[in-house]
Amino acid sequence: MHGMFDIPNDLAPKLASAVESMPAFPKSVQRILELSRDINCPPKELVEVIEKDPVMTMKLLRVLNSAYYSFPKKITSVNQAVVYLGLNTVKNMALSFAAIGTLPQDNAAGFDMQRYLLHSLTTAALARLLAQRFNVTGAEPTDCYIAGLLHDFGKVVFAQFMPEEFKLALEKSMEESIPLYLAERMMIGTDHMVVGAMLVDKWQFPSDISSLILNHHSAAENHSGVAACLFAANQISRRLGFAGPGYHEADELPPALVDLFGGDLDEVIESLGDISKLMEEAQVYAQASKESSA
Amino acid sequence: MKVKFWGVRGSISAPGPDTVRYGGNTTCIEVRTAEDDLIVLDGGTGIFPLAQSLLKSLPVTAHIFITHSHWDHIQGLPFFLPIFIPGNKIFLYAAFDPITGAGPERIMNVQMQYSFFPVREAEMKSRIEYVVAMPHETISVGEARVTPFMLNHPVVNLGYRVESNGKSLFFTGDHEPYANIYAPGDEGHEEYSRLIKEQHASLVEAVRGVDVLISDSAYTVEEFPAKKGWGHGTFDGSIELAIAAGVKVLYCTHHEPTRSDDDLERAFAAALERYSGLLNGLDVRLAREGEELEF
Repeated sequence: MHGMFDIPNDLAPKLASAVESMPAFPKSVQRILELSRDINCPPKELVEVIEKDPVMTMKLLRVLNSAYYSFPKKITSVNQAVVYLGLNTVKNMALSFAAIGTLPQDNAAGFDMQRYLLHSLTTAALARLLAQRFNVTGAEPTDCYIAGLLHDFGKVVFAQFMPEEFKLALEKSMEESIPLYLAERMMIGTDHMVVGAMLVDKWQFPSDISSLILNHHSAAENHSGVAACLFAANQISRRLGFAGPGYHEADELPPALVDLFGGDLDEVIESLGDISKLMEEAQVYAQASKESSA
Repeated sequence: MKVKFWGVRGSISAPGPDTVRYGGNTTCIEVRTAEDDLIVLDGGTGIFPLAQSLLKSLPVTAHIFITHSHWDHIQGLPFFLPIFIPGNKIFLYAAFDPITGAGPERIMNVQMQYSFFPVREAEMKSRIEYVVAMPHETISVGEARVTPFMLNHPVVNLGYRVESNGKSLFFTGDHEPYANIYAPGDEGHEEYSRLIKEQHASLVEAVRGVDVLISDSAYTVEEFPAKKGWGHGTFDGSIELAIAAGVKVLYCTHHEPTRSDDDLERAFAAALERYSGLLNGLDVRLAREGEELEF
């Protein structure tokens, strides 16, 4: 896959190794520490905590998909990780991620981690909901969730490891009202989709996760089921006011997705009915994340 | 293929008058392939008497496959005497541990530290080679083939399928049957249920048609609910796996350290009773220290 991504040569290994030592979000670190003190830690709660943290999920899937565990099937969910590796091992992995510390709310890039998390969680929940509600062919709800959770991971990487350049990109995006990924290309020379995809590719995640991350802003007609749910969820999250930092006008759905979901963006949102509970859940999580780091 | 049980006890060695028939040593199984290559499954305390039996025929090449790194499966390794004698060649295979980021070398390094053992790992005189065993990646030992399969335990545990000259054996190491972590009706229940069904089915395929299955049967079905999550199976679970996979002979092992020989036989008989008429030719036995079989 080398050469597939437009990314400076020296950057790829640097970023990949940096992510290994990246701390996770405060709320999940706190919950993991609580849960791990309980010998009867309810397994589903452990899964839920990891699933709500893009950093922990990323790290868990990285180990499981590594060459050390050549599973016949690539691992794409936290539940799968628990089935294959066993609960106690996953718990101890989460504990080792938690031991690194917590992702600071403030970073030199001025990137709002809370908003990033809120956008990732709402996109994940919406992508899963779309797959279920519209029974989208080829869109496994769990895959949609993971894709939503991880689609913007490249942004955290920029914020953590290239804060100065990323700060400029964020500013440019706001000043000129252009999508953040375009501003990233100008200021960094690559964008968060390329970096996110490069990392999961390097870690031997399933190739469809890589291409989902890489193409999540492209409205091409040949979308897979998961890509369709991810694209729509990403835009719905923005339209509902849960965009990540940077310029965040929602894109309209391309014609193929209008057909698939039976309407334009607002009509799809309308058809989903009352999703306030789903959105509140994400908000509570992202909010608590900020408080517990204070 | 020849098999000899050198240790069949689980958790901790349990010597004494009550365990004298089935034995008190922890897990160790000697396998001789068709070409007489030596494969050792686990290095519990049973590996010490095995080591003594090998001293007559030095130098030896031993392929030791560790199912997992809990004490009862590794604590005999520093007493595997051939490691101290020049000319011997030892291969130690085990899984990569995602928590420590280490492979088989750590099993020796940690045990052979100053505080715990008089000889350091670096002072072993044999040639020892550490090999990371990966699920589904077959390892050749002469003409024999050993294929690891990941099972369910509180630490990464590999079961091993050994095949030699048309004969085959599967050893689970420690394994608890998969169970749903969600209650019926929970959001994740259906997905999880599908995942564990798939995983169990692939275990059945990994065990499919072996001549001998040696399986963790630590608990009775009555005891199991209180031990859920501890990573062990039941007599009944082992029998069901053996039937599903079309196994010829099942050995129940990892005997509870507190179970006397009489209690062990009673628990075993009760399980067999439940499967009376359902075994379809399956021969079910209790693993006994010192027992040998050739097939």
